[in-house]
Amino acid sequence: MLIRTASDIPSSEITPEDLYQGRRRFIAQAGSLALAGTLAPAQVRAAPAPLGVLTKSPYSTNEASTHYKAVTTYNNFYELGTDKADPSANTHRLKPTPWTLRIEGLVNKPRSIAIEDLLKLAPLEERIYRMRCVEGWSMVIPWVGIPLSTLIRQADPQGSARFVEFVSHYDRSTMTRGVLEWPYTEGLRLDEALHPLTLLAVGLYGEVLPVQNGAPVRLVVPWKYGFKSAKSLVSIRLVERQPVSAWTKAAPAEYGFFSNVNPEVDHPRWSQATERRIGEFSKRRTLMFNGYADQVASLYTGMDLRRFY
Amino acid sequence: MTPSNLQLKVIKTALFLLCLMPAVLLWRGLETDTLGANPLETLTRATGEWTLRFLLITLAVTPLRRFTGWHWLIRLRRTLGLFAFAYGAAHLLTYVWLDQFFDWQAIARDILKRPFITVGFAALVLMVPLALTSSNAAIRRLGGRRWQSLHRAIYPITLLGCVHFWWLVKKDITEPLLYTLVAVALIGLRGWWREQERRKQRAGGYLPQPGQGGKVIKIFAK
Repeated sequence: MLIRTASDIPSSEITPEDLYQGRRRFIAQAGSLALAGTLAPAQVRAAPAPLGVLTKSPYSTNEASTHYKAVTTYNNFYELGTDKADPSANTHRLKPTPWTLRIEGLVNKPRSIAIEDLLKLAPLEERIYRMRCVEGWSMVIPWVGIPLSTLIRQADPQGSARFVEFVSHYDRSTMTRGVLEWPYTEGLRLDEALHPLTLLAVGLYGEVLPVQNGAPVRLVVPWKYGFKSAKSLVSIRLVERQPVSAWTKAAPAEYGFFSNVNPEVDHPRWSQATERRIGEFSKRRTLMFNGYADQVASLYTGMDLRRFY
Repeated sequence: MTPSNLQLKVIKTALFLLCLMPAVLLWRGLETDTLGANPLETLTRATGEWTLRFLLITLAVTPLRRFTGWHWLIRLRRTLGLFAFAYGAAHLLTYVWLDQFFDWQAIARDILKRPFITVGFAALVLMVPLALTSSNAAIRRLGGRRWQSLHRAIYPITLLGCVHFWWLVKKDITEPLLYTLVAVALIGLRGWWREQERRKQRAGGYLPQPGQGGKVIKIFAK
């Protein structure tokens, strides 16, 4: 295995420009808040909350992060609207506090955990991951979170647990009806869920996760197409049988259970060989397992990835 | 209401500039970086949607003319049809350039392999002879009747465009459904007219007379 030597200043140490500007904004807003004590609550809410000191991760990529503005305005979150710009315009339709996440099913210690306690479960890490959408575009996102395995191991899985089902928040009165069968569900094999790359994200760009990105807590599985990384989680359930995810229910021939990024297996309606990194003009070749083959290929040894798409 | 030649000239110029507006706004959006996080996708989507919109507007001319009695509207139709073709060509260019980067092999494979690209490409190819025969000279050369039957290709072209949009969408089919409903209504209206006319003729109660509105419609209706 090739071990690359790091340059003098790892890119993870450099404050991205947007984040820097975000801090400027934050300071400016804090200043104006101090001056005007009678501001409307909506304006108070606008200040992003930093998540404090973060541990760096060897799993982070050195690639340049996609601009904060693109990450937070170009979203697929159908509960808040089907256009890419809808979720960031409809953030009022989801209240991320108070919030509890249940870990349940085939575990010996099921529990409901408040989001504040989840933040203290393990040191928060920054993980700069590539994210590849099934639609043919990609981003590089500096997530903040904890390995999902930490939460699952604490719950003490029973021997019969083989899969993990994820359930997203759904409120009929405020969220989009139709399109998919709600609530949004996703699933992983238990070994995929326990893989060190699999992240339970609570933030991005060093700040609390914005609503449109799946606040307050979401799944991030960087070697699978983006839709596998379910947003705004309310339940993580360990089960014996392979769960059926929302997209598989909607179009079984197009979205399989595994949905690993694979340039050689096309979506029935479009090619997956290339992708457009948001912010770039030319397209780039899509990498097997989104460039995480070294870490995850062994999970699928002997499997026909055309059949198990 | 019939405008004078001068008035019509003004109307035509205004229409031309209006039809150009979407392109101008897209260009400005590119320059000022206001087309969202994925401007090239926005460009592809927008040129495609404008192609479909102009096809529908072109198809709306004849019904509008019949309902209002403003027969001069027919003289605006060529501009509208040519703009549909222009936006369609721009749409194809965004695909060939910004999506495939002139990789002709990949493009050929895509056209053969992916039904939504196949129908979109077919629609655009069918538009070419229509654009080429849009001049008065071409109408004279072909003769009104043959020219008219050639230009009826706009019906399948529009429907192929709707199918192209429908098959492209991941899940929320609201927009393609709206375009399809309008297209089916505009094309269905013509089928209904034809049926009515046939019945009237069979009943012997109606025969188009020279100099009457009915005859003008029969020659120019698409």
